Amino acid sequence: MKTWPAFSIRKHPAAFCLLLALLTAAAALAGLCIGAVNLPLSAVWSALLGRDTGSTAARIVLLTRVPRVCGGLLAGSALAVSGTLIQTVLNNPLASPHIIGVNAGAGFLTALSTALIPAAAWSAPLVAFLGAFLGVGLVLALSERAGASRMSLILAGVAISNIFTAGIDAIVTLSPDALNGYSDFRIGGLSGLTAARLFPAGVVIAAALLLALAMAGQLDILALGQDTAQSVGLPVKRARLRLLLAAAALAGATVSFAGLLSFVGLLVPQMMRRILGGDSRPLLAASALGGALLLTLCDLLARTLFNPYEVPVGIVLSFVGGPFFLWLLFRQRGGRIHD
Amino acid sequence: MIEVRNLAAGYRGVPVLKDVNLVFRPGEVLVLAGPNGCGKSTLLRTVAGLQPRLGGEILFDGADRSTLTPRQAAQKAAFMPQSRNVPSITAGRMVLHGRFPWLLSYPRRYQKQDKAIAFEMLSRIGAADLAERSMEELSGGQRQKVYLAMALAQKTETIFMDEPTTYLDIRCQLETMDLAREMAAEGKSVVLVLHDLCMALGVAHRLAVFHQGGMAALGTAEEIYQSGVLREVFGVALGRVETPGGCEYYYQREVV
Repeated sequence: MKTWPAFSIRKHPAAFCLLLALLTAAAALAGLCIGAVNLPLSAVWSALLGRDTGSTAARIVLLTRVPRVCGGLLAGSALAVSGTLIQTVLNNPLASPHIIGVNAGAGFLTALSTALIPAAAWSAPLVAFLGAFLGVGLVLALSERAGASRMSLILAGVAISNIFTAGIDAIVTLSPDALNGYSDFRIGGLSGLTAARLFPAGVVIAAALLLALAMAGQLDILALGQDTAQSVGLPVKRARLRLLLAAAALAGATVSFAGLLSFVGLLVPQMMRRILGGDSRPLLAASALGGALLLTLCDLLARTLFNPYEVPVGIVLSFVGGPFFLWLLFRQRGGRIHD
Repeated sequence: MIEVRNLAAGYRGVPVLKDVNLVFRPGEVLVLAGPNGCGKSTLLRTVAGLQPRLGGEILFDGADRSTLTPRQAAQKAAFMPQSRNVPSITAGRMVLHGRFPWLLSYPRRYQKQDKAIAFEMLSRIGAADLAERSMEELSGGQRQKVYLAMALAQKTETIFMDEPTTYLDIRCQLETMDLAREMAAEGKSVVLVLHDLCMALGVAHRLAVFHQGGMAALGTAEEIYQSGVLREVFGVALGRVETPGGCEYYYQREVV
């Protein structure tokens, strides 16, 4: 029997989400103020309100930090919600966009399209989305042929991810200009973002987030398992397909501007599920906020830890995510894992 | 009322059962019995729409099942699967999901009356105190009660239960059987897959016995007991004693 204090939070999901939202807002403000040059809050504020447009401080805020912070918020929430959708739809707590081939598929098609048609940067979110769906489709088809167990899904995902990543490496080796800032792309990073690059991805992410929230009721039913879901009249195949499309759109759009960020889509849904339980509406909202918060904080660390040098945020994420994965491993040894 | 005619059921195009004709009558507990692998669960899953049929007809109130939407079918028949996930939601929420087939207008959120029905069903099976508890912390017997309440909240005429007594202690098993009888008395059609023949003979109004790819016998508990078909199919002899509460059945050791 588990009786833990987190249980009381489950009864107040709105308060928990509000707390997350406040923390996220604070982290975003900190992200605007802190960096290679530290700016006072007043300078940031007047730049944001448009009172000051000419000074260096204003240009730093508007041209560099706002896109970067927005990118972090968008990428974090998109990956975390994508992970929540994937984990619930596939009924597998170990699944995440990074693990089941979604990110690598998106990355592969992005690299391929920029190598072949360098001018078509505007289509990056679309291409990445196609790649993401290709990745998840392949992994699902393979794992179902191999027996559809939890483990076969993860193994198929690892295999497909490796093949796609090798494809990215091959493209970059043959056509070195294909991915500008290649190491940033593979590790995942938010530096050098512009509003123009962010905008199309932002539209895709907003639409997919809305779709996910609108389908929260169906997600709840899917979480009960396929047999139960069918027995209460949910068209399971159609609902799964739609939700996976939304998950692929979220992860794909993120890859198009932030590269192959790992762990957000695994770590945040896991944490939020433990804190809030499995009810989809609060879970999705909290995942979106938690992902945004985590990535914004990690990016802040990435920018300031080795000031004036910057590391890609993906490295910081892996340093946080790796130990979390290990903790999960040892916790589950004693827990119940049914296959 | 649900009826199957010349039904063939199986997996991947290979039939396990053929030519099954059955009517699931309201007000009756019907037990599907048979050795492992005889196809009784397959039949139940096929009728409930969880897997495609391989031939024949499945009629829901006279209309073929394939002409109904999943939602319409779920308004007529509830199905309790043998095993399922344990989500980390409260028992009350779980029962509430039984109302899903009745959420007709968008955005499909549960209304006050749905919540009232869910609570009523939990109270009915004596589990109102579980409403706020998380499914994860309930025992197997408590979970089974919640699943039953969920099936009841679906308010269907027919309830299919695939081995509802698995993993339950004897008291919970008996309670489940009592509940099956009660639901039948209220006019529902209750269809059970059971492995325990003695329990099956005790609870069933009628039994269908499956063997070697087809239905070997169909009749009342008395008829099935007298016919000797159980001995033929299972290779086990049964005996019974009269008690004030009705007949109690037991397995007999073969005397060599």
